[in-house]
Amino acid sequence: MTLEIEQLLHRERLPHIWCAGCGVGIVAGAFLRAVLDLGLKRENTVVVSGIGCSSRAAGYIDLNTVHAIHGRALPVATGIKMARPEFTVIVLTGDGDGAAIGGNHLIHSCRRNIDLTCILFNNQIYGMTGGQFSPTTEPGDIATTAPYGQFEPPFDLCRLAEAAGATFVARGTAANIRQTEKLIKQGIQHCGFSFIEAVVPCPTEYGRRNKPAKAVDMLEAERARSISKTKAARLSPEELRDKIVTGVLYEDTQKPEFQRTYAEVSAGVRAQVGRRFAEEDEK
Amino acid sequence: MSGQNTETLAVTGNEAAAEAMRQIDPDVVCAYPITPQTEVVQLYAQMVADGKVSSEFVTVESEHSAMSAVIGAAAGGARTMTATSSQGFALMWELLFVASSYRLPIVMTTVNRALSGPINIHCDHSDSMGGRDSGWIQLYGENHQQAYDNCIQAVRIAEHLEVRLPVMHMYDGYVISGAIGPLVMLSDDQVQDFIGPFTAVNPLLDPKRPVTVGPFDGLHGWYFEHKVAQNRAMDRALKVIQDVADEYGELSGRHYGLFEPYRLDDAEIAIVVVGSTAGTTRLVVDKLRAKGVKAGMIRMRVFRPFPHAAYASALEHVKVVGVLDRADSFGAQGGPLFLEIRAALYDNDPRPQVLPFIYGLGGRDIFPDNIEQAFAVLEKAAQEKGRTSTGRRYLNLRED
Ligand SMILES: Cc1ncc(C[n+]2csc(CCOP(=O)(O)OP(=O)(O)O)c2C)c(N)n1
Ligand code: SF4
Ligand SMILES: [Mg+2]
Repeated sequence: MTLEIEQLLHRERLPHIWCAGCGVGIVAGAFLRAVLDLGLKRENTVVVSGIGCSSRAAGYIDLNTVHAIHGRALPVATGIKMARPEFTVIVLTGDGDGAAIGGNHLIHSCRRNIDLTCILFNNQIYGMTGGQFSPTTEPGDIATTAPYGQFEPPFDLCRLAEAAGATFVARGTAANIRQTEKLIKQGIQHCGFSFIEAVVPCPTEYGRRNKPAKAVDMLEAERARSISKTKAARLSPEELRDKIVTGVLYEDTQKPEFQRTYAEVSAGVRAQVGRRFAEEDEK
Repeated sequence: MSGQNTETLAVTGNEAAAEAMRQIDPDVVCAYPITPQTEVVQLYAQMVADGKVSSEFVTVESEHSAMSAVIGAAAGGARTMTATSSQGFALMWELLFVASSYRLPIVMTTVNRALSGPINIHCDHSDSMGGRDSGWIQLYGENHQQAYDNCIQAVRIAEHLEVRLPVMHMYDGYVISGAIGPLVMLSDDQVQDFIGPFTAVNPLLDPKRPVTVGPFDGLHGWYFEHKVAQNRAMDRALKVIQDVADEYGELSGRHYGLFEPYRLDDAEIAIVVVGSTAGTTRLVVDKLRAKGVKAGMIRMRVFRPFPHAAYASALEHVKVVGVLDRADSFGAQGGPLFLEIRAALYDNDPRPQVLPFIYGLGGRDIFPDNIEQAFAVLEKAAQEKGRTSTGRRYLNLRED
């Protein structure tokens, strides 16, 4: 399998920049396996990313890729999807890129329910710029901009996406990568806005200042904290604190998809306008 | 000049800027991290957390918000500072104009970095040069010491009642921001005495005198007059910048002008340069002088307002001037500094030739050899009859 995903990598750009033990590469690998498994074709698959360690993945992937600017991957992807609806467009983003500087685009992409798949690598920190807190940093955790602990409350990004209108919402982890790979596949196959939060360890900028510190321990902790949606339903909010609820958290196959609705409306308008012109011509 | 500190510290450029901020201790700092500015924000966050300063430190979710928040704080009557680089600067752009037109004395550290795309994290001046018409005063520093000195002077310039404009001060990303260099600091008290307390003009939070900031005053309103008033403040700033520099010179023993000439008095050819490349250029000037070439240079310090009359007289006797821009201006005759210098010298009689050179985009190295090549072009032009082509020349560009 490893050999197979190599055909989707710019091998000349390796070795990659990710630190030893970083979870970004684990999930990027799962994404590539999903692409192969689904038989997506290079000529009509587009990967768009913003800026960050996680967004850096686009630089190594040998598909059509746009390494956009910080926070703007979703609007760029929206433009691509509107121009070429037949393309499969996937956005790779981070918790800073997708939920801080680009948070506005995230909620509006969800609201429109445009057929994009957004994989948000949540390491709960700005990894690339050296460990500043992000909108998903847990209260009490240490970041370079929160040296005595974060006091702002975090987002639950999956609940945010669901409330904003996304029609496929799922959460996976680097620790349980088989599940995450499956969720990515489901997300890509879903027609509408798919939001997949991938919880990944950043041992360098997060682990180093918090507990557990080591990459393997971080993965172990992720695994230990993970709980399925069904099991979670049976727990009290108190018991749920600290848990990572994984799996497909929300799915709606009925809500109209943005690009299709747009195409229908515009075809309707064209037909109407065309009829009017034809009538005027007759007069 | 009594009681001057002479202890030399070894710091990064960002540490120098953060130390200046600590001593200024503004009321509010809002910032968002971006390479290579990040260290400034991070060090400041630590100082706030450790209680070394009394600032409110607001970590926002983008630079657009950072500049918006400092505008709000400054309009509310606070002494405010922020810092950024590159894309962050670009994202602030909309608000830069708002800050200057509200006449808010915000001080911003800009660590120069190239703009996307493709993404590039290294030094050039395209970020701050892109804000040259935003109504901010621009000071460019050469090294660690100047990053510190300009930052402190910026507060006085911005808040001067004849000026009341925001000031950005720049230094080169990586070359200065991340490299270690020497710094001599003032004492905390000296800095506080120098900047003095801040009294806001027309602050929002004065319940006895409510004010409105930035409203639309209609098609037949005063927008035009407002803009001219801003530009007049820019004109007045030239004198204020020099006065503040003189006073700072008294205090620190470090003297600054609007620009810094070097071996210019009898020069026949000269280079005008910005930022850390000035150091390399000085070396080359010395080398050429040793060979008997009458070479000189000017390091630009103040770009907005542009001291055109002072350049016209400083370069009066020079036959050929080469301008080294670390930013291109697509479709223009040369880089931003070249255009200014050329315009400044237009009324001189005789009129020196001015040739544009572009270098160092996206952090491309600039070696003494490259600067010698530029001087060679100037030397040749000085000897030739007639005028040399002013086509853009690129230093250390790889062959296509
Ligand atoms: C407009 C702008 N502001 C700031 C930056 C600097 N910057 C680059 S990546 C990043 C944070 C990335 O965080 P996240 O999306 O969580 O990615 P991670 O590195 O953690 O994977 C920031 C602030 C930038 N590139 N552009
Ligand atoms: S800093 Fe963190 S997110 Fe970035 S490569 Fe290293 S471990 Fe991964
Ligand atoms: Mg992150």
